[in-house]
Amino acid sequence: MELQAVLMAAGGGSRMMDLTYNTPKPLLPVGNKPLIWYPLNLLERVGFEEVIVITTKEVQKMISTDPKVKLDVKMKLDLVCIQEDADMGTADALRHIQQKVKTDVLVVSCDLITDAALHEVVDLFRAHNATLSMLMSKAHEFTETVPGQKGKKKTGEQRDFVGVDGTGKRLLFMANEADLDEGVVIRKSIMRKHPRMHIKTGLVDAHLYCLKKSVVDFLADNKSISSIRGELVPYLVRKQFSKSTNSPKVIDETHQNLKKNDKIQISSRDEELLHLTQERSCWNDHRGDMSDAYHGGRLRCYVHIMDEGICYRVNTLAAYIEANRLAPKLFDEPAVHPSAVVSERCLIGADSIIGASCQISDKTSIKRSTIGVSTTVREKVKVTNSIIMHGVTIEEGCNIQGSVICSNAVIGRGADIKYCLVGSHSTAREHNSKIAPEKRLTECHRAEVNITYHYKSITYNNCHKVSK
Amino acid sequence: MYHRYVVVALSRRKPNEGKELTKEEKQRLRKQKKHQKKQKERKNEKGPSETEKDKTPVSLLPPPQPVATQKAPSALPAPASAPIPVPASAPFHSSPAPSPADKPAKSKAELKAERRARQETDRAAKQPGSSSSGIKTKVPLSELNPVVKRLPEHVQVDDPAVVKRLAKKLERQQIPLRSDYGYKVSLFSHLHQYSRKAPLTQLLSIPSTVIHPSIVRLGLQYSQGIVAGSNARSVALLHAFKQVIRDYTTPPNEELSRDLVNKLKPYISFLNQCRPLSASMGNAIKYIKKEISNIPSQCKEEEAKTKLLTCIDRYIEEKIVLAAKAISKYAIEKISDGDVILVYGYSSLVNNILCEAFEKSRKFRVIVVDSRPRLEGREALRRLVQRGISCTYVLISALSYILPEVSKVFLGAHALLANGYVMSRVGTSQIALVARTYNVPVLVCCETYKFCERVQTDSFVSNELDDPDDLMVTRKGKTQLENWQDVSSLGLLNLVYDVTPPDFVDLVITDLGMIPCTSVPVVLRVKNLDQ
Repeated sequence: MELQAVLMAAGGGSRMMDLTYNTPKPLLPVGNKPLIWYPLNLLERVGFEEVIVITTKEVQKMISTDPKVKLDVKMKLDLVCIQEDADMGTADALRHIQQKVKTDVLVVSCDLITDAALHEVVDLFRAHNATLSMLMSKAHEFTETVPGQKGKKKTGEQRDFVGVDGTGKRLLFMANEADLDEGVVIRKSIMRKHPRMHIKTGLVDAHLYCLKKSVVDFLADNKSISSIRGELVPYLVRKQFSKSTNSPKVIDETHQNLKKNDKIQISSRDEELLHLTQERSCWNDHRGDMSDAYHGGRLRCYVHIMDEGICYRVNTLAAYIEANRLAPKLFDEPAVHPSAVVSERCLIGADSIIGASCQISDKTSIKRSTIGVSTTVREKVKVTNSIIMHGVTIEEGCNIQGSVICSNAVIGRGADIKYCLVGSHSTAREHNSKIAPEKRLTECHRAEVNITYHYKSITYNNCHKVSK
Repeated sequence: MYHRYVVVALSRRKPNEGKELTKEEKQRLRKQKKHQKKQKERKNEKGPSETEKDKTPVSLLPPPQPVATQKAPSALPAPASAPIPVPASAPFHSSPAPSPADKPAKSKAELKAERRARQETDRAAKQPGSSSSGIKTKVPLSELNPVVKRLPEHVQVDDPAVVKRLAKKLERQQIPLRSDYGYKVSLFSHLHQYSRKAPLTQLLSIPSTVIHPSIVRLGLQYSQGIVAGSNARSVALLHAFKQVIRDYTTPPNEELSRDLVNKLKPYISFLNQCRPLSASMGNAIKYIKKEISNIPSQCKEEEAKTKLLTCIDRYIEEKIVLAAKAISKYAIEKISDGDVILVYGYSSLVNNILCEAFEKSRKFRVIVVDSRPRLEGREALRRLVQRGISCTYVLISALSYILPEVSKVFLGAHALLANGYVMSRVGTSQIALVARTYNVPVLVCCETYKFCERVQTDSFVSNELDDPDDLMVTRKGKTQLENWQDVSSLGLLNLVYDVTPPDFVDLVITDLGMIPCTSVPVVLRVKNLDQ
């Protein structure tokens, strides 16, 4: 077997707590499919037959019991549960399944929605015998207004500095703004070996990594590394150029120590042949200096940067909304589910998705929106640019614009909701209640709300819990 | 059952051919009768009868047509054994057996020849226009041992029937078919032309189950040029085969000797799709297949596998590593102090020789000649300078300016063909030609495992077309040939190999010694005797 796929679905969705406090992140509906369906579909399309899914007990229960969340994937899913409160990072999770890992791994995050050609990433991994190969994409601006966000988005978010060589494939430098004190510091040894480096900042890390088996074994020994993206990848990128390049690296040492005696002999004889091949081959990855291919380094990191195509990580609200817009392009299902009851006198735009068992009544207008499963929309409702999740009831005469209505919410008659986020199981009272822009209604458990128009504040009646 | 193919060179030759061949046929029949009589007289002697048998095949061959598309049966007296592939060489060693069969075989041959002539005229009548139908004459010269030599599929790309056959074969083996790219120059339209941007792996599933992962990796490395050079490719291939053999388990009710060979066939097709196999790789594959089929059936699996692995190691050690040492030893005798040696491109063997000569404190300097688009000479230059050898670097366009300074030319070879021609990187024959003009000795260094039974007199029939986009060059941000596909009258041709005639080569240095170019078939015959 060449590669094993590992899907990390234990994350909490800490950057979009409004959505994830009730539904775990892997099961958030995007285009009426659970978020976890997208990476699983990607892996299935590419040809994987088995995936190890690392997730929490809650998600596992929901996947197995809830028919709505039924994943119509044909692959064999090996669900591994970890404790929710254990606060495990992605590298910790990999360490947890070290026994199951028999070959090189392809680690994917559950919130990745992409149509990238995976063979580009894996080809780099194969052809150059790389230790790490990852996928990145040019970041796209999110154009949709995010409900509940006050003012413009802060641009000073932590940037990533990614340095690649002239071909754009070899990863030379990776640092996050948070780790840098004053400026970007690049070691001389890197500049000596690769005098031309392109540093890019506008890239999105797709969190898709091809790792050698020796890296997983290395993680088992070094328990201090807890996050792949935050710690392991920068460590590997730095290690490419460390002084001990000529002597066997830490990773190779653990690799050899784990093998038995005769296997070491086999690997050494094969190493000789590989060395002979490289010696006789006239290929070099760089030119201009006197060193051999790869500068004699044994550890190599590669990156494939996508120019075009969809690549989103759904870990913020803005990304979630953007993903919902683009999700229909990724699969060929009809926009209106056959089991939805749609009356004839309603206007449904071409880029809207209507889920199964919906009831859309007369004189409604649905544009650029996603309506979830089992939602009821009564007459004279206007829904524009919104995401309506499962089980929502929208009474007559409502006007919903640019909002996210989470599952099982009830929107009362005549409500006018603009750019808001209504949490699950909440109710917006009827009779000309207006929810002003940029407000967030996050309720837990069926509180009733009477909204008065008051900019930047929300008043609640009879609520049990208030958040934000 | 024979399959006979008729080669038709160019359209204008067609109407004459039928007549020529029928005349030939008559001549041949007359000669056959004469030889029959002679053979009856010298039946008991082995040696002369062998030479007679040598001559009879020659007489049966059509006279060499001076047209490019003709392949194998171009008659050259001495290496006549070469066009007959290896199995046919067996008859030479068992002379008594075939001679009683001569008479009926010859009359069969006569009938066949007549039938063929009729077929030929029919075909000539049917297809007036097509210039390259790519079918070939296989004369029933193998009266002694009927052997079929089909044209390999990779030189018949313009024949849709062959392409369909290949597609079916690949489908059966579950290997994706790589599609050709771009406009092909008409003279080379019978060869494949692939693009590096469309690797074969995009059609494969990612955890490759059909093809062993090390073979997929190897194929990728071939198509991207990471493993390039005849020796490097063979070593990498054998290394990958070692992994395959190590991971192999015999399925129940199957024999290792037969099943493993069948397992290797799709891998070889896959590698062929990634990049056409080199002659050295072909010989290595032949060797492995022979070793596998020679494993006795009562041998246990573990034992058999270790035996195969040691065979592979031994092959590499003998044929590549030790051969390089032997060749260096001979070649160093030819390098004297004060020499100016010219090398072309990158040849691992020539580099090895020069480095060893430098270590043995010979005083010489090197001129490295390089050519686009591969610019392999840069790597050769780097390795030589790293050792401390003083080098000069020129492009091939400066060849005639620099040759007056040169005292010797050392060339590497991709393969040595059975008629003494040297197949090497494109540009080699040019260097040999100009060097001959300046009376500079040309020495070709080649290991014996690269000797190939093929016969070629030109570089058109069988060659390799590399990615035409490699010819595009970007200077100051502008790529002039960027939209070459839109220009209908423009074709980019990126040839990889060319063929140097033996007249331009003074000496071939092999691990068996220093031989003239024309002795290559002798070496081949000796090799076959050993096997």
